[in-house]
Formats: sequence, structure tokens, C-alpha cells
Amino acid sequence: MHPAYSVIVFTTLSGAGYGLLMTMAALALTRSIAPDTRLGVVGLGAAFVMIATGLLSSTAHLGRPLRAWRALSQWRTSWLSREGLASLVTFVPAGVFALGWIYFGTTSGIFGLTALLSIALALATVYCTAMIYQSLPTIRAWHQPIVTPIYCVLSLATGSLLAITVLRLFALERPVLVGISVALLVLAAVLKRIYWSTIDSAQRTYTVGAATGLGRFGDVRPLDPPHTQANYVMREMGYAIGRKHADKLRRITVWVGLLLPALLLAATLVMPPLPATTATLLAVVLCGFGVVTERWLFFAEAQHVVTLYYGAKSA
Amino acid sequence: MTALPPPSAKKLGLVIDLDTCVGCQACATSCKEWNTGGYSAPLSDFDPYGADPHGTWLNRVHSYETGDGDTSRTVHFPRSCLQCETPACVTVCPTGASYKRAEDGIVLVNPDTCIGCKLCSWACAYGAREYDYADGIMKKCTLCVDRIYNEHIPEEDRIPACVRACPTGARHFGDLGDIDSDVSRLVAARGGYDLLPEMGFKPVNKYLPPRPKRDASTSPLARSEMNASEPAHVTGSALEKLFAFADKLLTR
Amino acid sequence: MHKHPPARDGMNAAASVMARRHDEPHVALSVPPADEIKTTTCYMCACRCGIQVHLKDGKVRYIDGNRAHPVNRGVICGKGAAGIMQHNSPARLRAPLLRTGERGSGEFKEISWDEALALATEWMGEVRARDPKRFAFYTGRDQSQSLTGWWAMQYGTPNFAAHGGFCSVNMAAGGLYTFGGSFWEFGEPDWDHTKYFLLFGVAEDHGSNPIKIGLGKLKGRGAKVVSINPIRTGYNAIADEWIGLKPGTDGLFVGALIHELFRTGNIDLDYLVRYTNAPWLVIRDPGARDDGLFARDANGQPLCFDKLSKTLVAANRVDIAPALTGDYQLADGRAAVPSFRLLAERFLSAEYAPATVAAECGIGADTIVRVAAEIADVAFRQTVTLPIAWTDWAGRRHQEITGRPVSMHAMRGISAHSNGFQTCRMLHVLQIVLGTIDVPGGFRYKAPYPKTAPPANKPAGKHEHIRPNTPLPGMHLGFVASPADLLVDENGAPSRLDKAFSWDAPLAAHGLMHMAITNAGLADPYAIDVLFLYMANMAWNSSMNIAATHGYLTDKNADGTYKIGKIIYSDAYASEMVAYADLILPDTTYLERFDCISLLDRPISDPNGPADAIRHPIVAPDRDVRAFQDVLIDLGARLKLPGFVTVDGKAKYPGGYPDYIVNHERTPGIGPLAGWRGKGGEQFGIGEVNPDQLDRYIENGAFHIYHLPPSQQYMKHANAEYLAFAKSVGFTGSTDPIIFQLYSEPLQKFRLAARGHGDVQPPNTHRHRIERYFDPLPFWYAPFEGTLIDEHAYPMHAITQRPMAMYHSWGSQNAWLRQIHTANRLYIARVRAAKLGIVDDDWVWISSHIGRVKCQVKVMDGVNPDTVWTWNAIGKRRGAWALDDDAPEAKQGFLLNHLIAELLPARADGYRYSNSDPVTGQAAWYDLRVDVKKCSHDEPPETAPRFEPTASPVPAAKVAVSDFGRAFNRERT
Ligand SMILES: Nc1nc2c(c(=O)[nH]1)N[C@H]1C(S)=C(S)[C@@H](COP(=O)(O)OP(=O)(O)OC[C@H]3O[C@@H](n4cnc5c(=O)[nH]c(N)nc54)[C@H](O)[C@@H]3O)O[C@H]1N2
Ligand SMILES: Nc1nc2c(c(=O)[nH]1)N[C@H]1C(S)=C(S)[C@@H](COP(=O)(O)OP(=O)(O)OC[C@H]3O[C@@H](n4cnc5c(=O)[nH]c(N)nc54)[C@H](O)[C@@H]3O)O[C@H]1N2
Ligand code: SF4
Ligand code: SF4
Ligand code: SF4
Ligand code: SF4
Ligand code: SF4
Ligand SMILES: [Mo]
Repeated sequence: MHPAYSVIVFTTLSGAGYGLLMTMAALALTRSIAPDTRLGVVGLGAAFVMIATGLLSSTAHLGRPLRAWRALSQWRTSWLSREGLASLVTFVPAGVFALGWIYFGTTSGIFGLTALLSIALALATVYCTAMIYQSLPTIRAWHQPIVTPIYCVLSLATGSLLAITVLRLFALERPVLVGISVALLVLAAVLKRIYWSTIDSAQRTYTVGAATGLGRFGDVRPLDPPHTQANYVMREMGYAIGRKHADKLRRITVWVGLLLPALLLAATLVMPPLPATTATLLAVVLCGFGVVTERWLFFAEAQHVVTLYYGAKSA
Repeated sequence: MTALPPPSAKKLGLVIDLDTCVGCQACATSCKEWNTGGYSAPLSDFDPYGADPHGTWLNRVHSYETGDGDTSRTVHFPRSCLQCETPACVTVCPTGASYKRAEDGIVLVNPDTCIGCKLCSWACAYGAREYDYADGIMKKCTLCVDRIYNEHIPEEDRIPACVRACPTGARHFGDLGDIDSDVSRLVAARGGYDLLPEMGFKPVNKYLPPRPKRDASTSPLARSEMNASEPAHVTGSALEKLFAFADKLLTR
Repeated sequence: MHKHPPARDGMNAAASVMARRHDEPHVALSVPPADEIKTTTCYMCACRCGIQVHLKDGKVRYIDGNRAHPVNRGVICGKGAAGIMQHNSPARLRAPLLRTGERGSGEFKEISWDEALALATEWMGEVRARDPKRFAFYTGRDQSQSLTGWWAMQYGTPNFAAHGGFCSVNMAAGGLYTFGGSFWEFGEPDWDHTKYFLLFGVAEDHGSNPIKIGLGKLKGRGAKVVSINPIRTGYNAIADEWIGLKPGTDGLFVGALIHELFRTGNIDLDYLVRYTNAPWLVIRDPGARDDGLFARDANGQPLCFDKLSKTLVAANRVDIAPALTGDYQLADGRAAVPSFRLLAERFLSAEYAPATVAAECGIGADTIVRVAAEIADVAFRQTVTLPIAWTDWAGRRHQEITGRPVSMHAMRGISAHSNGFQTCRMLHVLQIVLGTIDVPGGFRYKAPYPKTAPPANKPAGKHEHIRPNTPLPGMHLGFVASPADLLVDENGAPSRLDKAFSWDAPLAAHGLMHMAITNAGLADPYAIDVLFLYMANMAWNSSMNIAATHGYLTDKNADGTYKIGKIIYSDAYASEMVAYADLILPDTTYLERFDCISLLDRPISDPNGPADAIRHPIVAPDRDVRAFQDVLIDLGARLKLPGFVTVDGKAKYPGGYPDYIVNHERTPGIGPLAGWRGKGGEQFGIGEVNPDQLDRYIENGAFHIYHLPPSQQYMKHANAEYLAFAKSVGFTGSTDPIIFQLYSEPLQKFRLAARGHGDVQPPNTHRHRIERYFDPLPFWYAPFEGTLIDEHAYPMHAITQRPMAMYHSWGSQNAWLRQIHTANRLYIARVRAAKLGIVDDDWVWISSHIGRVKCQVKVMDGVNPDTVWTWNAIGKRRGAWALDDDAPEAKQGFLLNHLIAELLPARADGYRYSNSDPVTGQAAWYDLRVDVKKCSHDEPPETAPRFEPTASPVPAAKVAVSDFGRAFNRERT
């Protein structure tokens, strides 16, 4: 699948934003931090900006962005519609929660409830995003039950890392959160490994023989394509990445993008504040890079069944 | 809207005879010319006179080779939307622009509400949906919905443009929901099949497989029979035998 | 012009609204697709189908087939349906152009029509007054040859031909000399009744839609289709059996089939005796001046031996029983044998035994034996009888017609080899011994065919007839029946530039257009002062050895003038040829002009009746262009050519081509169009001029077909009623039956000349060649190129195929068609590629004895392992066709033409024949032999040779997006 930057930016950025929102809400719920206004503005503000930017970026993927509102109507069947709706609905409790934190200086009572709702809806949004992909039977690499957990864990891992960064900027240390974040990063790495071994070993049961019905005569090979230059379907769905290249990027994702940040983060627990903050920022940068790479690979490695018509043997 | 309607009794679709298709592209260009000014207008072309010309087409004709050596064969393979009964392209659509008509099962994109998110093209297993980069919306075979019911077109021409064009008669249009229709009978008689049935989209369109070759492996005439037709009553060279055979009273 | 009926609330629409779910959007199901429908004739290729042009807001909305039309019966092809994009093409020329830069640079300035016509008149008029043969007029894929040829005849130059010489003259002449017909325009298989169909060397052909419709019928009926072709694509892919022989070996394959039919006695003796010259007696008197000619009686009638009277009698008598075998003595004591005997000896010889030919053809002997058995089985045990009563040439009434339902079609796979004429004859011999000509299930003639074999008209243009300001005494192209008909002087020197009808190409019934530029460039046989070309991309895909051709077009004399003095060209588009002309007369395109598809040249008849057609302006041109025929008629008047001016010197056809179409009479009562003649339009074929004729055509869908009654639809060569009809409308000159010439006496006359007999003899240099190839019985010989070069250095055959979605060079300006074929590959057999270490997408050098071309490879299975091939005419030159310079057509697209020599390697005495069939002069495109080698890694992945770009004669297209269809759909919902 063609790795469209708008979609990569959208899913990673808003995923991290939702993760940050969830972490902030969780910190508030567990009363791990006091609702300091400046912290609220920076932390929740960052979450909102990231979510909104991601959503906006996603409309760049649309041919008719001005009609984007129509996407909210089909929640009964469409995960994309559900995602859109969930993302918008999330703003309501999240907004109230932020109001409480920043304006009223409280995260308890009704605001605690909104924190809880924010977490639920943010998670639901991320889940819906993942389901857009996971629900497609035409793309084996996406049609895997592990896709949704990965999206959720990555959202939380990146969000919690961001939350730690924000806290450290405010000179707040929350070792438990750091521990959880390290665990999430490691979990994400493990899940990705499982994911890759799953898709690598997945039986490619769709064949060009079945796609054309000509398998009955033996091996099927394309002779002339319908058109000499690539068409939309090939541009969008025909993107393929070399195995070697993919392996390298996978290693980068896991080691540089997830495990190295985890290690750095773990190390911050024993560091003095300034190096710790610096290390955290470095972890953010590496992790951001890792998650974008992960998402890029998620598209680039996914083979669509339609490639069968254009030369693939199986999918 | 993106919920699929209850299965319709009428299932309009195409039956494509791979035994007869010569890959002439008439269906492809006829489709393009009807539709570029029709329901799906325009079907845009990009860099039409430049280095990377490509465009939006609703029907494309591939060619494949199958089998090996003496048993190999060349097959031309037109491909357009199969008007599936349970297609994911409809249910994934966030706007309801993609829908299946309750009346006749034709799957359409509403050009006025499509946002061009491309998700339906990801969901289609058959590469039948083409995004129009200039129009910003998704296009697909409409089964020429604006022809087949068009009161301004003579009745015999109320068939898809590609079917009307096809010079070999390899394309058939009709109601595959009616087991007595011509197309259904053809499918039954010729073993018409579904593409990628495992996908579960239940295509309405059917493909008729190429017929078995009629060569040495299947010819009813063996060499011995050929020899038997020699004029055996005369001995001698082949020439003498032929002359004996031709030495008849032949009137003008 | 039909107006659409007003919209009404029909059943369908109403029902569909009712069944719509409440939340389904409303779909406008009944948008009027057009304001107006006009019918005309397609010219996206030369098949000439009937089309309906649907116009909306005065613009072309879409084009589909005309159901009433005899050619396509409503269907359309891939090109035809893309006609809109031809009409919208940015490569259309816009105004007359005068060269400003060097020839070949593409630099021009626009001039007015007045200037252009004045210049052309001056150039042409001067030559006409001085030496008209130094003016040459070649008209490419001309659809109006009866006009252009007649114009050239009035001008008085011997140098006129259209594209037939590089295209299909082997097919045409092979058939016309054998049975007075041929395939395509001359006839077609009886698609409705045939049960066994053999397709030889056809990828697409001119009968594009008819063949497809026919194949569809055969498939539907379960008739067996056999493809004989080195390549298995397109039509050949759907064949029930594919016989992938080596190029150039069909003569062996067909000869072996005939061998088998003879060996097994599966031939139609009655048919041979009635309709062929098989019983005619051939004189056997080695050394005599009439050895090998037919023995004739005092009236010139050929003789045969009558088994009833046991005497020699005129073979045309009804009441006889002619012998096919035996040895006879003529009155003068000399020996004679029925020609059948010679035919039998030829084909029963071991040379044509399946086992002998198998290796050379690359086809197993058992396959040949089986196919012959299948043919025999269908022909003799599965006959078709139609209850059609008819009267034969002898006046006998028959209640039914029985046919042997084996049919064939062949085209350039046979034609484009230097052995094509004889191979083609052999193919017809096969049809004839089976008795399948013009019978149910066999081959069926299309009017005005059959004609006598060969047709009676002779070529004009002998030296003595070429005089200043004087028309030729007749038309240029015709059928030579003996050396006396050749257009040569006492020394054997050709009178024509292209050497047609000379000893180089005696039976060149279509001329040798492919040699016009070469010969003019080499001043062999003489130089040319004004070369006038129309509708042929001679600087590119229709020339052999393109680099050399560019040389011939641009070579200069010592004084700086061009060797080819002036070049005037009419094209409608910015083709590669445009850059090489001095003066461009821009033509209209096919929806903008009148055209006439006439029975006088290349009609569109159906086996059930003669048909002709017109084109008429559907839309007005939006550029300063004029229909070429209008221009030609205007030039004719300006030059004061007889026939183009009235007695007082005024233009005879001031209304241009439509005026000519209606009012011109070639002979009294016979004009370009055969339909609706006579004052009131009540006559067919012959009759007074009808001023409303064109309106009648337009009302009828731009064509006319005359339906023959069933009694005249078969056995036309011997059908008394049909023959009488044909004579009455001027198709033939007599009602005599047409006798098939298995043994060809005209060819023997050439042989005799080569042996030193007769007044007109070949120069010594040519004797051997004439002796060898003018065999009166068809035979196979190896195509020339392979025998003249080192076969081991060039072990593979290289051929091209027509892509169905592209018409030669001119489809690449079409935004839709070019997407289908933006570039081409060299296809090679998997087994061969493996041996050469070549895989898909590799770049290779393909070399012939004259050059090499770099291209990219596609590996396939359905191709003969000794053969490589590519799609024809996809490669383009930078600067042409209004394409960007980096268009794939010019970067990856390539032509084999760079590798095909225009002249054969020199003989010992230095003489170089053209790379053509020795009998007809047909260009031997498919004799090409090559070697294929993988490129090294450091060579750039782009084609070679790539010529310098020419300047574009039209502004660059610079279109980012083409979405013109949007304008038609304001009523989308
Ligand atoms: N290698 C190889 N070469 C071949 C062949 C092959 O098989 N292999 N085939 C040969 C054969 S059979 C043929 S017939 C030739 C064909 O070769 P050409 O006769 O050169 O055919 P086209 O490329 O169609 O060129 C026709 C020209 O007519 C112009 N034209 C199109 N429409 C109009 C019009 O309405 N008016 C005017 N005035 N001009 C118009 C086009 O722009 C183009 O320049 O190629 C020959 N060359
Ligand atoms: N779409 C389209 N239609 C066209 C044209 C076009 O350019 N495009 N051009 C028109 C013109 S000008 C012409 S002349 C006709 C030509 O029509 P075709 O005769 O169909 O022309 P080609 O494409 O040259 O096909 C020749 C076929 O012969 C095969 N062949 C080559 N050598 C041999 C051989 O030795 N033996 C046998 N048995 N087969 C052989 C090739 O593989 C190929 O399939 O088409 C006309 N129709
Ligand atoms: S072929 Fe594709 S676009 Fe058409 S209905 Fe089926 S899934 Fe949808
Ligand atoms: S591209 Fe259009 S039709 Fe397809 S899913 Fe998106 S909104 Fe629906
Ligand atoms: S039915 Fe209409 S839209 Fe569909 S492929 Fe045929 S011509 Fe195109
Ligand atoms: S028009 Fe008919 S024969 Fe031609 S490619 Fe399409 S289906 Fe095949
Ligand atoms: S076969 Fe030729 S004439 Fe007929 S529709 Fe196609 S392009 Fe036009
Ligand atoms: Mo041709």
C-alpha cells in the first residue's frame, strides 16, 4: 500500500495526542498530579493540538475535504465514520476535563468523570482508527487481530512518553509513570515483533489463479498490462518494498524507535534532572522517528490482493 | 446507506466470455467515452501528452499466459466492477456515497457526497474502483446505469456501452438473479465462475472459462483414420494412387 | 440527422424510482445523451465502419457503431470508440506551412492557403511542362485512390501509387491472379456456416470488426478455429489450436496440407473440373517458345481432353467430361498434360511431405497430418447445403447449393515475406482443391469481385506515353499478363520511379511506395523534382532503414539544392514526415470532411451485396485546414488538368470534392458512388447523375448497400444471374464464368521470356531471378534475407504485430489509446530467453545486418522460439505528434524499421534489388533476421537509436489534466 504521508502523520500524531490525553487524564484520576494551570495548558494543550493537527492532516488525504463532515454519518457500518465520530465526541469530555483542570483547577467530581470518559473515548478513537485497517479482508497484513492492540499500545506508549516529558519540563518526577511507559514501549516492541512474524508466516491464500479463475490451467503470468503506465490502483495499492529494506526498517523501528527510548527512559530514573530531561527529549525524538517508521512500514509492507492482477503470485 | 440493502431479486451484471475475448480494448475505450461524459463525468486523464500519461478508467483489459509449454495459453481478461452482493467497498464508506441499489443491485458512488477518502478502493478486492485525482472522488463501473434505463436511448441500446461495443460478443448483460435469464443459462451451460470466491464478496458478474483446446490431445481424428481415407484399391506411388482416384468421368 | 424523441415517463424509469430505498440518492437515469446524432464512416483505421456521432451542445459527446451498417453491424473497436480524442488531438495541423529551417528540422512558418496553392501550382506546373515523370505522387493510406490516381493520370506522370505495395499486394495479387478475388475487401469467410477456419498470419487486419464479429460467431457455433502464426496473442489466443510455425514457412505447411489431401484423395474433383483450369492441357515441349503455355484452339480457347468424345476440345464447353490425368498428343504431335497433373506432381513430391517440411516449419509432421485429416473430414463429411436455387454459367438450374465448410483468412504474415506471392497462391490452391470458393461455409466474394484472373486492366505509363502537359492513356495500376505489358524501355529500364512493372517487380499491381524515397534519393532510375506525398508517415514507420531514409530526404547536390527537389506533403497531424516536407497542406480530420468509399477503388461490400459509403462533415474544423481532396481538385483546376477544367478553362468542380463525388462520371453513368443514381435516385450502379445523391447517403447512415437476391449470393464466379448483374453495373466486362488459375499462364510467359523467348526480355542480370520465381505453380522458397546474410550471425526472426488499440503511428496522439501502448517491448520465448540469460525487463541490443536497436524485453510462452516480435509503430521521434520530449514513446518505444534493409545485399555484380517479393514488389518486412544480446549494465536504460528532436510544427500540448467530459454532465443528479 502506498504510504501516504497525510495518513502517517494523522495516525501517529493523533495517536500520540490521544495517548497524552489519556495519560494526563489517568494522572488526574489517580491524583498523581495536582491540576496546575500551566501544566494543564501545556500538557492538555499539546494533546489537543496534536489530535487536531492529526485530524486536519487526515483531511488532506481527502479528495473533497470540504465534504469531510459527511464522514460522520455511517457509524453503523463504517469504522472510518466511527473513528471520525469518536474523535469529535472525545473533544466534549476532554474539553470539560481540560476546563476543570485549567480554569477551575480541579479534576475531581464531575471532572473526574470526564477524565474517565476522555480515556474511554480516546481509546475508542484509536481503536476505531486501527479497525479501519484491521477490518479490511483485502489486505492480509492489516487483517490481523493484533493490529488494534498495537495501535492502542503505541498510542499509550508515545502519549505516556510525552506526558513524562511535559512533567519533567515542570520538574515533576513520576517514576511509576516512567516505569509504565518503559513497559509500554517494550510491549510495543514485542507486539510489533509478533506482528511481523505473524504476517511473515501468514499463509498467502489468495492466488492469481483464483483472482483470474485461470489457475485451472496452471501457473498464471501477466503478459501485457492493460495500460503501460501505472494507474491509480497500482499507484495506491501496488506499492511494494524490498525485503532487505523492510528488514532494516523493522530493526530501526524496534531498536532505535522503541527499545532505545525505553532504555533511555529507564536510565532517567537514576539520572539527575537535567540529563534526565535531555535524555527524555532524546527518547521522544527517537520514538517519534520510530513510530513514523513503524507506520510507514505498516503501509509499505501491506500487500493488497489486487496486486494479483498486476503480477503478484499470491496475497 | 452503507448498510447493504436486503438482497435484491434482480441482480444485474455482466458475463464475460474468456473463450471469445480477443483483448481488443473496445470495451475499455467505449466505457471511457460513454462515462467520461455520463454519470461519472469526467474520467480525467493526467499528463495526457507527456511522460507519464494515466487516467481514470472503469474497465481495463489484461492479458495473461497460463500453463506451461504445449499446454500454455494466452487469455485476455477484462476487469471491471463485479457488482458484488456483499462487498466491503460499500460498508466501509464513511459517507454513504458508496451504496448498492436496492432495486437491481448495482453498486454506485454518489458523486455529490463522496469525499474521496479512497477507503472503498482499499476494500475492493478486484481493483475496480479508480480514484479521479482531478475530480477528487471515487469512480467505478456503474453498469451504465444512465444507459440501461435511459428513455432517450433506443430500447435495443439500453445496454452497457461496453457490451454494445464488444465486437466478438464476449460480453453479456442481464439479470443474474433470474435463473431463466439468458445470462444465467449461459453461466450454467459454460460453468461461469466467480473471481476470488474466498473473499466472500459474492460477485454478481461471472466469467466463462476458456474452452479446452482442440489439438492433438483432443482431436477425434487419429492418424490411422487419415490413412484409411487413402484410395486403397490401387497400389503404387502416391501419385499413381491419386491419378487412379482422379481418373473418373467428371462432367462439367 | 435524427433528433432524440422528447423525454417521456417510461416504465423502466418509473419502476426504478419506486424501488429506490428512501435513503438512496436520486440518480438521473434518463439524461438525454445527445442533442443530435449524425451517422458517418469511421476513419480511426481503414476498416471503415459505420458510426453514430452523438453531439451535445455542438460537441462530440460519444461515438458508437451504427447497427444498420454492413461492415460493423453496430459494434465498434477500441480505436473507433476513442475517436473523440483524435478529434481533440493537440497534434492536429492548423494551417499551411512553409519550411524555414533545413529539411528535417521541423522549422516552418504558417502561410495562407492562397500562397500555398500558388506555390504548389508553380512547382508542379513547371515539372509537368518539362518532364512529368520527374513529379511523383504517392498517396499512402489513401481512401480516394480513384480520384488521386485519376488526377495523376491527367497530370501525366507514371509515378503514382498508394500504400498497397508495402502493405498487402502479395495478398491481392496472389488472389487476383489465381481466382479473381482475395481476402478482406475482396471477400471473406462465410462466418455463418463455416465449421473449420484457418487463420494465417493475422493479428488484426483491415477487416478489424468483421473478423472479430466473425470469430465471435464461430466461437458461438463451436466451429474449430486454427491459428497458424508464430505468435499467440489476440485472435490467435482464442484459436482452438495454435500452430506456432517459424516465420516465412507457411508455404511448406500449406504445401504439406495439399500433399496430404492429394495423398488421401480428399479433393473435390467435380469442382476442379467445373471451375478451374485443372483439366486444361499444358504444352510440354522443352525449349519451345510456348512450352508450358496452354494448348489452345484456333479461337484461343484452352483445350482439354474430353473423356466422352475422346478428343481434344475447348475446355469451356458444357457437354464434356474433361480428363484430369493422362498424357495427350496435340494436333501438331507435341505432348500436353492436364495442368492438374503438374500440380499433383508438385505437391505429391517428397519436398512437400509432412516429414520433410516439419523441421523447417518447426511443426510436427503428425500435426500437419492431423490438421489435413480434420480439414478433409469437415470438407467432405460435414458439408453444408443451403436450399438456394441458382443458375450456373451454362444455364443449368440447381435447387440447392452445397458447400465444403472449410474457410481461411490470411494477411501480412504471408504477405510481408519475399515468398508471399507464391505462398498466397498456394493458400488459394488449397481452398480451390477443397472446393470452398464462394460456397456455403467457404470463402465468399464481395462485389465488385470476382474478376477475371487476372483482372483485365493493364498498367499505364510506358515510356512513350510520358510527354509534357499530356495525360497518360490510362490508370497507373493494373495487372500485367505478359512481359509485353511491362513498363520498361528496350533495355529493360523501368519507366516508373519505384520500378513497378519492371523486371524488378513485374506484377507490382499496387506499385512500390516503399521504394519511392530511396529511388528518388539515389536517382535510380532517375531523379525527382517534386515529390508529392499524402497520408503516409514515410519518414518513420512506413519506411525501411529510417536513418538512410532521412538521408535520402535531406541529401543535397553539389550546388546546395536538395536531391529530391521539392517535397509537398499533406497530413492532418504533426507526424514525423511533416518535418521533411517543404510545403505542408494540412488536411481536415475524419469528422470534418467529405470522403468517398467507392466501388471504383476500395469499397466496403458485403458478400451479400455491393456497398459503398461516404464521410461528411459532422463538425466544422476550428483551424485553417482544408480537405485534401478539395485541395487536389483545386490544384487540378489551377494546373488546368484535363477533367478538372471545363472547355473554357474554368474549374469543373467548383464545389470541391462533394461536387466531384456527385457529378464526376468515369464512364457514362458510372461515378464514384453507385447508390441512388439516376435523376430520382432509383438506379443502382449505373445511371445519370443525381444531384441529391449525397443527401440520400446521409439519410441512410452514410452508406448504401445493394442486396443481391439469394440466388446470386453464392458461386458468383459461375453464377449466370450474378455475372449478368455484374456486367450490367460495370463490375466485369463479360458474363463468362471466371476460371480459377491453379496453373498460372502469365507467370509461365515471364519464364519463357527469361529463357529467351518473345520480344520483351529481361536483361541478362535478371534472367535467373525471373526464371526461378515465376513458377506457374506455387512453390515455397526461403525468404531472401536469411539466404543472403550469415544466418548464424542473425539466427532469429523478428516480426511486428498490429496492436488492436493503435493504428500505425497515428494513435499515439490519442490521449486514451496511448495509455494502452505508451511504449513497447521485445517479446521473446521463455526457452530462448533462458538460453540467452535474459529475463523480463532486461535491456537488449537487437541487431540485424544493417544496424542495431536497444529495447526492453518481455518474456512469454506463446511465441515461436526462433522468433522475437514487438508491437508495430509505437516508437516515436521526439518533436512529433505534439508529445513531450520525454514521452515514453520516444524513450522506451522503438521500431524494428531501423533494422530492416530497404535494399537487399548487393549481388556479385553490385546490383541491389529492393527488399521485396520478386514477383509483386511487396515489401518484405517480415524477412528480418536478427541477433539478440543483453546490454551491459552501464548502458542507459533507454532506447537507441534516438534521433535529435525536431521542432514541433504545432504548439506543444502542455495539458496537465484532460477532463473535457465534465462539460457534458451538468445534470449529474
Ligand atoms: N516494421 C514494420 N513496418 C511497417 C509495417 C510492419 O508491419 N512492420 N507495416 C507496413 C504497412 S502494411 C503499412 S500500411 C505502413 C503504414 O504506414 P503509414 O502509411 O505511414 O501509416 P500511418 O502511420 O498510419 O501514417 C499515415 C499518415 O497519415 C496521417 N493521417 C491520418 N489521418 C489523416 C487524414 O485524415 N488526412 C491526412 N492527410 N493524413 C492523415 C497520419 O498522421 C500519418 O502521418 O507501415 C508499414 N511499415
Ligand atoms: N488496430 C490496427 N488495425 C490495423 C492496422 C493497425 O495499424 N492497427 N493496420 C492496418 C494495415 S495497414 C494492415 S496492412 C493490416 C495488417 O493486418 P495483419 O495482417 O493482421 O497485420 P500484422 O499485425 O502485421 O500481423 C501479421 C501477423 O502475421 C504473423 N506473422 C508474421 N510472420 C508470419 C509468417 O511467416 N507466417 C504466419 N503464419 N504468420 C506470420 C504475425 O505474428 C502477426 O500476427 O492491418 C490493418 N488494421
Ligand atoms: S468489485 Fe469491488 S467495487 Fe465492485 S462491488 Fe465488488 S468490491 Fe465493490
Ligand atoms: S472514496 Fe468516496 S465512496 Fe469511497 S469510501 Fe470514501 S467517501 Fe465512500
Ligand atoms: S457497464 Fe458501463 S461502466 Fe461498466 S464497464 Fe461497461 S461500459 Fe464501463
Ligand atoms: S470488447 Fe470484447 S473482445 Fe474486446 S477486449 Fe472487451 S470483452 Fe474482449
Ligand atoms: S475497425 Fe477501424 S473503422 Fe471500424 S470502428 Fe475500429 S477504427 Fe473505426
Ligand atoms: Mo498495411
